[in-house]
Amino acid sequence: MASPIEQFEIKPLIKLGTIGKSEIAFTNSALFMMIAVGLIILLFVYGTRSRSLIPGRIQSLAEMGYEFVANTVRDSAGHDGMKFLPLVFSLFMFVLFCNLLGMVPGAFTVTSHLIVTAALAALVIFTVIIYGIYKHGAHFFGLFVPSGVHPLMLIILVPIEIISFVSRPISLSVRLFANMLAGHIALKIFAGFIATLLFAGGWAILSPLPLALTIALTALEFLVAVLQAYVFAVLTCIYLHDALHPGH
Amino acid sequence: MAQDDSSNGPGERKPNAAGDADLLRRLGSLDSKLRDVEARKGTVHNADKQKPQMSGIGQAFRLSTEFIAGIIVGGGAGWALDRWAGTRPWGMIVLLLLGTCAGFFNVARAAGLMKSRTDDKSGAK
Repeated sequence: MASPIEQFEIKPLIKLGTIGKSEIAFTNSALFMMIAVGLIILLFVYGTRSRSLIPGRIQSLAEMGYEFVANTVRDSAGHDGMKFLPLVFSLFMFVLFCNLLGMVPGAFTVTSHLIVTAALAALVIFTVIIYGIYKHGAHFFGLFVPSGVHPLMLIILVPIEIISFVSRPISLSVRLFANMLAGHIALKIFAGFIATLLFAGGWAILSPLPLALTIALTALEFLVAVLQAYVFAVLTCIYLHDALHPGH
Repeated sequence: MAQDDSSNGPGERKPNAAGDADLLRRLGSLDSKLRDVEARKGTVHNADKQKPQMSGIGQAFRLSTEFIAGIIVGGGAGWALDRWAGTRPWGMIVLLLLGTCAGFFNVARAAGLMKSRTDDKSGAK
């Protein structure tokens, strides 16, 4: 049985040289990121090429994608949050396509690496902080001071609020990474059971059981792939809402 | 009503083919859809509105990671403070407790039990 974590190995495809001691290479991770971005561009450029009033299949897919994200941003971040639509849209599409590409057998799942999701979460949270300070100045830090509380309570509540804020990018990145990692490991292990049972003599009768489970898990993984992209986008919107209206 | 039907729901044509009950049901669903669209156009929705649409598993993952992240950040900050200021073990103890509180705060907030960034008891908005 192949190791269940073998699929997450980063392999350098083209070596580009070194910076300091660390090697810079075009890896399989980078390759799949580029495939994801390429597919997104293809979907939207090709899909909206005809610009017909009655959309074809690809065009309606592209329009649905846009409408869905636009509604999510409007619902969670408000109307003035719409200026962040390009950011949220790019994030959602990138995460969605990376997750779904990971479901192709043999493909590499970019979002199963914490460093990738952490980078995306850092992008979100720095956008929130920088935009919040740019827009509201020191008033942005009112985010950490709950209103209408006894001043003595603030000694406890302000650190809690700060920790709560700092924990956001962590929960955002860990959630996506853990979901993808755990799902793919579970899928691999159960699929491995099929082969192991099949070659275990009389136990071969039991091998349809993990097969059924693997099929069910595959369906679940598709759900998780879409759902996690959605959750990432919604939480991005909620955090951006805080940057737009701190201490409300 | 027939006009509303054709202009708003392209997937819901052919009213002749269906029975009365079916028609009523469809009108009902159309009404609710229209109300959704109207509501979306007018007001700025609160993030809490989004909650019921998220499926159970998504909600569960969200709540658990929110909680754990609070503890991790608290513990990490405490550890870093101890290393930097040499206050071992007090920074870790205090900040881990605060982190756990923050974890509970996160969960309550994510579950929509608490108004977004204001204290629950005060009720001030």
